[in-house]
Amino acid sequence: MMPALEYRQSTPRFLAARGASSTRLGGRMSGVLASNVAPLRLVHRAEPSLPAGEWVRLRPLLSGICGSDVSLLTGRSSPYFGAVVSMPFVPGHEVVAETLDDLPGLAKGSRVVVDPVLSCAVRGGTPCRWCVAGQHSRCDRVTAGRVSAGLQTGYCTDTGGGWGRQMVAHAAQLHQVPDTLDDRRAVLVEPLACAVHSVRRANVPAGAAVLIVGAGTVGLLTLLALRALTKAGPIYVVAKHAHQHARARELGATEVFQPSRAARAVRRACGGTLEQPMIGGDFLLGGADVAFECTGAGSGLDMALRLVRAGGTVLLSGMPSGGVDLTPVWFRELNLVGSYASSGSATSPAAGPETDEQGTAEPAGGAFAEAMALAAEAPLDGYVDAIYPLSRWREALGHAAKAGQLGAVKVAFDPSRN
Amino acid sequence: MSRPGFVLEVDERTPPLLVHQGEGFLLERFPLGTRVVYPPDSLPPVANVDAAIQRALMQPVDSPPLPDLLRSGMRLTIVFDDISLPLPQMRPPDIRQRVIEHVLELAAEAGVDDVELIAANSLHRRMTPAELKRIVGERVFRAFFPKHLRNHDAEDPDGLVHLGTTAHGEDVEINRRAAESDLIVYANINLTAMSGGSKSVTVGLGSYRSLRHHHNVHTLRHSRSFNDPPNSAMHHSYDRMAEVLGEAVKVFTIETTLNLDSFPNHVGFLNRREWEWGIGDQLSYLAAKRANDLAPPKLRRRLWQSNDAPYGVTGVNAGRPDSVHPLTLANVHRQQLTEVQGQSDIGVWGLPFICPYNVNSIMNPILVMSLGLGYFFNLYRNQPIVRRGGVGIFYHPMPKEFHPVHHPSYIDFFEEVLPQTTDPAAIEAKYEQQFATDPWYTHLYRTSYAYHGVHPFYMWYWGAHAMEHLGDVIFVGADRKTAAVMGFRAASSLADALEMARDTVGSSPSITYLHAPPVTLADVR
Ligand SMILES: [Zn+2]
Ligand SMILES: [Zn+2]
Repeated sequence: MMPALEYRQSTPRFLAARGASSTRLGGRMSGVLASNVAPLRLVHRAEPSLPAGEWVRLRPLLSGICGSDVSLLTGRSSPYFGAVVSMPFVPGHEVVAETLDDLPGLAKGSRVVVDPVLSCAVRGGTPCRWCVAGQHSRCDRVTAGRVSAGLQTGYCTDTGGGWGRQMVAHAAQLHQVPDTLDDRRAVLVEPLACAVHSVRRANVPAGAAVLIVGAGTVGLLTLLALRALTKAGPIYVVAKHAHQHARARELGATEVFQPSRAARAVRRACGGTLEQPMIGGDFLLGGADVAFECTGAGSGLDMALRLVRAGGTVLLSGMPSGGVDLTPVWFRELNLVGSYASSGSATSPAAGPETDEQGTAEPAGGAFAEAMALAAEAPLDGYVDAIYPLSRWREALGHAAKAGQLGAVKVAFDPSRN
Repeated sequence: MSRPGFVLEVDERTPPLLVHQGEGFLLERFPLGTRVVYPPDSLPPVANVDAAIQRALMQPVDSPPLPDLLRSGMRLTIVFDDISLPLPQMRPPDIRQRVIEHVLELAAEAGVDDVELIAANSLHRRMTPAELKRIVGERVFRAFFPKHLRNHDAEDPDGLVHLGTTAHGEDVEINRRAAESDLIVYANINLTAMSGGSKSVTVGLGSYRSLRHHHNVHTLRHSRSFNDPPNSAMHHSYDRMAEVLGEAVKVFTIETTLNLDSFPNHVGFLNRREWEWGIGDQLSYLAAKRANDLAPPKLRRRLWQSNDAPYGVTGVNAGRPDSVHPLTLANVHRQQLTEVQGQSDIGVWGLPFICPYNVNSIMNPILVMSLGLGYFFNLYRNQPIVRRGGVGIFYHPMPKEFHPVHHPSYIDFFEEVLPQTTDPAAIEAKYEQQFATDPWYTHLYRTSYAYHGVHPFYMWYWGAHAMEHLGDVIFVGADRKTAAVMGFRAASSLADALEMARDTVGSSPSITYLHAPPVTLADVR
C-alpha cells in the first residue's frame, strides 16, 4: 500500500467545484476553494502493477502541478476529457523519478523524466498512423490497448501518476536524466517539451513579431523555446506580476506588458490601429504575427485573437477554458493552431517530416531531448522552489492556483516526503 | 489708473491666500516671509472695440491700410488662433470674430471673393464645428463652413508647401493655401508673451517637419524663458522662419490683448487680492468652495469648462508682423509684469483647471507637468523665481486620467515611455520619431479630434528647462503613483511639501508664490 492523491469524479462534486470557481469571486479564490470541494483525496491504495514487459516501476522524486491539473480540480476543464480518462486516477504527469526495475540499457536506480502520453508504443497492438509518423501526441488509440483509457499518465487508472509514491511507465516513455541536471530542473523537462512542441507547431518565421499571453510556467518556457529554437524577431510578453516581468526579460523578452495596457502596447510595437468596440476588449487592425496563448483562460485567448494581425497565427498552448468570441478568427482570417503535449520520443522511429501543414519537422530525439538540453542551460534557478509533501496537498494546490501572485513559477510535490 | 503688480510679504496679518489646484481651489496659509507675486490690476478695457479694430486696420503699423492691400481677383486667406487661446475661453463675441468680421467687410467692399479661413491649430487637435463657430461667430460660420472655413491639416501631403530653409538650415513648411495666397491676414489673441509675432503663421500653420527645429529639448533648454522672446532660442528660430515666410507671402497681422478678467462675477473673488475681499467675496468663496468640493467630478469639470471669461480688450494693433508684435508685448507686460527682487529657494505655483490643450477636454498628468514646469515655471524674465537647485512646489491632484479621443498618444507616452525614462533628451532621441510618424496617430489627428502623435513629447520638452534647473519637484495633493511615474514626489499638504524640501533647501528656505491665475509674468532682478 502507498499514499497517493486520488481523483474520483462524482457528478455533484464536479459541479460544486465548477460552480464555485465559475463565479467571479470563485475564479479569484479558486485555489482556496479547490481545497474544499475538489474531487481529490489522499488515499492509501495498492501500488500499480506492471501491465507487461518493457514496463517499470517508478518512484517519483518530484511531480509538478500543471495548469491543467488546477483546471481539472477546480472544475474548469472541459467535459470533453471525460471520455479519454479512466477513474479513479492518480494525477501527476510532470514527473522526475527513479526507476525501480531494470530495463535494457537503463539500469534500475536511473533517474528519468516521463513523457506522459500513453500512445500506441505504450499500449501495444498495431500503431495508428500518427504513431507510425512519430507524432505520438496525436495518437488515436488513447482509449485502446493493454492499459485503460487515458490520454496521459496522470489520467489513467492503471499507471498511477506522479502524485503518488509509486507508479508504472513503459520504456518508451522514459528519458534518462544526466547527473548534471538536478531534480528541480528535471521536473521542468515535460512542460518544456510541450513548449518546444508548441513553438514547432507555430512555425515562426524569421523576424516575426511574437506575442506571448501569460508568463506562468507555460509562457516563460515558451519564451525560452522561442529564443532557443527560432529566429523570431521581437517577442512581447503579457504578464501580470512583477517577478514574471523580471523572468521574462531574463529569458529574452523584448518588452513585457501589463494585461491592461497590452492592446495599446502591441499596437505601438507592431503597428496598426486600435479599435474600441462599445462592448468587449480593444482589438487591433494590425498587431503581432504570431501569438501564443499561455494562460489556459478564455480571457487570454480572447486577447491573443484580438492582438494578432490579419492572417496571423494564434497558438493554443494552455488547455482552453471558458467561452471566447471567435469573431476575429473569421474576420481576420486567423490560423488557430492547437498544441498538445509533445512529439518525437527517443525510442520512436526517427521522426520523419511532419505530415501536417502547420508544423515543422521535429528533429531526431524529439522535443524531450531538446527540452533536456534547454533545461540544463537556461536560467531556471528558482523556478521550482515550492515543494510540498502529498499530505499538504490543499496548500500545494492553493499555492499553484495563485503561483503568479505568490511569486512562484512551478509548485511541485515530493511524494516521498511525509 | 489700475495699480501695478505687487509683491506681498506674508506677515501675521496676511489672510490665507487663494491657491488653484486643478478643478478645485483652497485658501493656504503660507509661512511668514513668503513672497507672493501679484499681477497688476486688471487694466481698463478699450471702450469701443469695433472702433479700435477699425482704427488698427486703417492706420496699421509699417503697412498700407488693409483696404489698400485688397483687390478683386486676389487670393485672401484669413488665419486665426485656435481654441488653445485664450484661457479660459472668452465670453462671446470672441475678439477673433469681431476682427474677422471687419476684415471680411473690407474684403467684400474690395470685391475679393476668393477668401478662405483657416484655424492655426498646428499639431493641436482639430476643432469641432461648434468650437469653430464659437470663435468666428454664427454669421461667418454659416457663410464659410465647411468648404472655406477649416482646420489646418499638418499631415496633408497635398496641403503643405516647403518654402525653403533658414540660414540655420531649418525647414519652413506651411499650409499650401496660405502660402500661395496673395495675402495672409492673421487674427490673434496674445494672452502671454510667448505667443503671437513670428510664431503665428510659421507654427500655427506649420508641420512636424518644420516644428521639430524649435520644438526640441536643446532649444527649450536655451529658452530662458520662452516668455521672454529676446532670450528665447525658440523665438529666434521663429524669427528666422518668419523671414523665409515673409519672402514668400505677404502677412498682415492683427494682434489683440486682453485684461485679466478671467472669471465671471459670481466667482469674482478669483480676480481679487485676498485681503481686499469684502464680505460678499468671503461668502461667495465659501459657497463656491463648498459647491465645488461637493460636486461630482463630471459636473465639476463641466462647470469649470463652461466658465466664460468676461475679458476686456486692452489693445488692437495691426500691420507688419515684426512691427506690430513689440506693441503687443508692451501691452502684455503692462498687464502681467511684476518686478521681483532676487530668486528664492522655493517657488510655489497653484495650477488651475485649464491649460492650452485641455479646453473641453481632460487635463492629463503630462499636461499637468507641462502646465507647471513648462508654462508656469517659465512665467519669468531674466531669471526664474526660484534659484538653480531650488525646489518647485506645484498644486494639482494629478489624477491618472486621459481623454481617449483627444490624447491617444499621451496614453501610450505615459504608459510606455515614462516608465523607461523621464529624461527629455533620452526620450527625444529614442521615441520621438516613432510617435511622430505613427500612422495611427496621424490618422486620428487628421480624421478624428486627436492631438498629433508627437504632441506629448513637446509637452515634456516644455518642462525640460525647469527639470534641469530645479533640484526637486513636489506636487501638493497629487496622486502619488502618477507623480512617481513622472519622476516627481507628492505631498499631502504644503507643510508636508516643505518638510520634504528640507533635504534640498534646508529648514528655513525663502519662498516665492507666483499668484495665478490670472497670469503674472515675474521680472526677476
Ligand atoms: Zn501539463
Ligand atoms: Zn497511436
